Amino acid sequence: MEQFLQQLLNGIAVGGIYALVALGYTMVYGVLKLINFAHGDLFTIGAYLGLTLLVSAGIAGALPLFAAILLVFIMVALFVALIGFLLERTAYRPLRSAGRLSAVVSALGASIFFQNAIMLIYEPRVYVFPDFLRPTFTISLFGFTFPGIRLFIVGVSILLMLLLWAFIQKTRVGTAIQAVAIDQDAARLVGINVNKIISLVFLIGPGLGGIAGLMVGLYYGQIDFTMGWGYGLKAFIAAILGGIGNIPGAMLGGFLLGIIEALAAGYISMAWKDAIAFFVLIVILIVRPTGILGERTAEKL
Amino acid sequence: MHDTTAAHHFHAEKNKTVGRFFEHNKRSVFYVALILLFAAFPLTGSSYWIDLGVNIGFYTLLALSLNVILGQAGIFNMGHMAFYGVGAYVTAILNTVWHWPVFWTMPLAGCAAGLFAAIVARPIIHLRGDYLLIVTIGIVEIVRIALLNDIGGLTGGSNGIFGISRPVLFGFKIVKPIHFYYLVWGMVAVSYLLFYMMRRSRFGRALNYIKTDDVAAEGCGIDVAHYKLLAFVLGATWAGMTGSIYAAKMTTIAPESFNFMESCIIFAVVILGGGSQLGVLISALLFIGLPEIFRQFNDFRMLLFGLAMMLMMIWRPQGILPMRPRLYAVSKKLFSGAKESTSKGQEKIA
Amino acid sequence: MPLLKVDHMTKNFGGLVAVDDLSFNVEPNSIVGLIGPNGAGKTTVFNCITGNYTPEAGSITFDGQSIKGLRPHKIVELGIARTFQSIRLFSDLPSIENVLAGRHCRMKAGMLSCLFHAPSQKKEEEASVERCMEELAFVGLAHHWQDPAGSLSYGNQRLLEIARALASDPKLLILDEPAGGMNEQETKALVDTILAIRKRNITILLIEHDMRLVMKICEKLLVLEHGSLIAKGEPSSVRNDPAVIEAYLGSDANKW
Repeated sequence: MEQFLQQLLNGIAVGGIYALVALGYTMVYGVLKLINFAHGDLFTIGAYLGLTLLVSAGIAGALPLFAAILLVFIMVALFVALIGFLLERTAYRPLRSAGRLSAVVSALGASIFFQNAIMLIYEPRVYVFPDFLRPTFTISLFGFTFPGIRLFIVGVSILLMLLLWAFIQKTRVGTAIQAVAIDQDAARLVGINVNKIISLVFLIGPGLGGIAGLMVGLYYGQIDFTMGWGYGLKAFIAAILGGIGNIPGAMLGGFLLGIIEALAAGYISMAWKDAIAFFVLIVILIVRPTGILGERTAEKL
Repeated sequence: MHDTTAAHHFHAEKNKTVGRFFEHNKRSVFYVALILLFAAFPLTGSSYWIDLGVNIGFYTLLALSLNVILGQAGIFNMGHMAFYGVGAYVTAILNTVWHWPVFWTMPLAGCAAGLFAAIVARPIIHLRGDYLLIVTIGIVEIVRIALLNDIGGLTGGSNGIFGISRPVLFGFKIVKPIHFYYLVWGMVAVSYLLFYMMRRSRFGRALNYIKTDDVAAEGCGIDVAHYKLLAFVLGATWAGMTGSIYAAKMTTIAPESFNFMESCIIFAVVILGGGSQLGVLISALLFIGLPEIFRQFNDFRMLLFGLAMMLMMIWRPQGILPMRPRLYAVSKKLFSGAKESTSKGQEKIA
Repeated sequence: MPLLKVDHMTKNFGGLVAVDDLSFNVEPNSIVGLIGPNGAGKTTVFNCITGNYTPEAGSITFDGQSIKGLRPHKIVELGIARTFQSIRLFSDLPSIENVLAGRHCRMKAGMLSCLFHAPSQKKEEEASVERCMEELAFVGLAHHWQDPAGSLSYGNQRLLEIARALASDPKLLILDEPAGGMNEQETKALVDTILAIRKRNITILLIEHDMRLVMKICEKLLVLEHGSLIAKGEPSSVRNDPAVIEAYLGSDANKW
């Protein structure tokens, strides 16, 4: 029972990270119908930048730990959001009318570019987050002790998702994002500035992804420049699991995938952990191609 | 007056046909020159250059086979390396465990890759493009992880398989890079020709219709699912056979050679090529060859590669050489009939 | 025996009943018009017959064989060819290649003989190109054989779709608004073409809003409203049917 609960909480923590990254995929897919392959690398940038700010820039030493981490989270989110914004402007916007495959290749190119840029700026080696940065406290719940960092990650990711959810549902801009996702031309007709909305999505998605990257660093304690591929793919699977383009779907898919993976790693086989996510994906696509929360639409002829 | 317009049409057509015939010959000259160029290349270069040539040859073969799936049928396959890997491992296992000669294993490697493709693609081939993309990424990852985990004790885990013997062709042992150069580029030439002929047939046309509009294709009487599957299996079989030669060339293979990143590169080469085979060939030379040539800037190589992919797409989103419409030979007899009906049509309107 | 027999067919979309317990027959060698106000479910009926949709209930029998639930390409093979309401040509491809798409299901060359251009494949290919040129000439587009389909005028694109459908040797040709977007002269030429098709012993079922065309060429009309048949019979009797007038009043009444 203890092991099961620990695995479950581990799954929820990783799932929260997947969900945050998946939100970036799903929102971009919603408005542009583009798989942003570079999203995983924006996530990596978040992790590296966070480490630089905390350690090399000395923010961790200058402020109390929690304040420092909070400040760095905000800085990372802003900076990665800015990169996302610039990425859309330079690599995707000129291809808006050129067909989806061209944009996919451009996204792949961007991904390779970012990955190698990180490798050149830092070195091609694993970076370790110093122990003093990683909260080591534990929390007792229902008679079990859980590592505080896990609960911290679950808490932050759920908080961010609730904020995003409120933003999308309750504000005019959020409604405009939904409108653009449903029908760009119609949205333009009713006076929504589609370009602005797309830019906004490329601020929000990468911002969340950058935060998720830093959380991975704090959680696992080590990062490397290729980690974006793996997390990016998993998050994309999570987005499809939930129904691509669907925001609550990405959250659900993220948590679900995290839990399935953690339990499979714990009870089936660690070596096959990464393959299991893909098995789940293939099964879902065969059984319910629109994902769990995706809506089935009649094909127009 | 009607007659003169119709006659004008006819002459214009005839001139166009003559012009195209010349163009066609010009093309033959171009291809002969190209073949000579490739054949002469090893005579000038060092063994480093020849090795590079072999390497580009493998990528070209893979790109040509993926072009059948992605360029001609429009199926988003980003897991092509999975079939390459299956072919390579089949050859490696048959050769090292049961000591089969490499060339005997080649058809089997192709069939195994094709069969594997048929099994995994059957339930997913009808899926929408983006879903197919992610599922094929899944396939290449699952294959890699399966190889890493030493399935059946045959794949050797992360170390892979070593000691694969050299192929022997009619008593001639293929060892040196230059031998492999001619073998691989010979296969490129054969594949190029076969796929070109396929494009000019009922099968190739069906793939093109499906790529353009699958609902319309189905509505015209084309079994869309069947042809998509056929294209997928054909491309995978080719990749499997290529993998077979790759195993013999390297004599050592490991799971990491067949990863998702490599699949992405092949995918990008095909899209950058634009759909035509010549475009794919140029694209492979450019995007695989150039980074290798600039090895001295090793650190910046892949950075520039990524940048080039973005710039290429912005500069030329349709790719280097898009597929040109095929020219059909129509007999004169038909044309005189056509002329009549044209004038009739005009009368009707008048 | 009717060529096509639709029996108690029902098709729903979610909660919406698009076709409701519909039954009708199409006799061989006739020209039948399916008419009705917009949104009556006419195109849905066509899509059920051609296999693009599968009806929830009822049966569809063609030439003595049940075709319900078969995939569209199979139905084309059995002898039902169609055109689309929103033209669906392969617009970048030359006209001749568009017509060859329709010929595909009557050709036999397999994958290997296509790869190696076997002699039988070559012969079949030549014969097919010739046959497709004939179909192009039949609809009066022979001189456009090499032009990309997308470069043709709207009316000619409709004709090209008909040529593509004819190339599959259909017994029944289904035309979805063949005169849509055509000017008066083109419509006149279309009437001649449709009559010429019938002379080839091909049965025609069509949806059309141009009532003059419908009245001129159809031998039998089926009037659909809200997915059900409200009248059928000869054009002259249908046009005076009170239920039909009621259905059209206020919207399309002036078209009569």
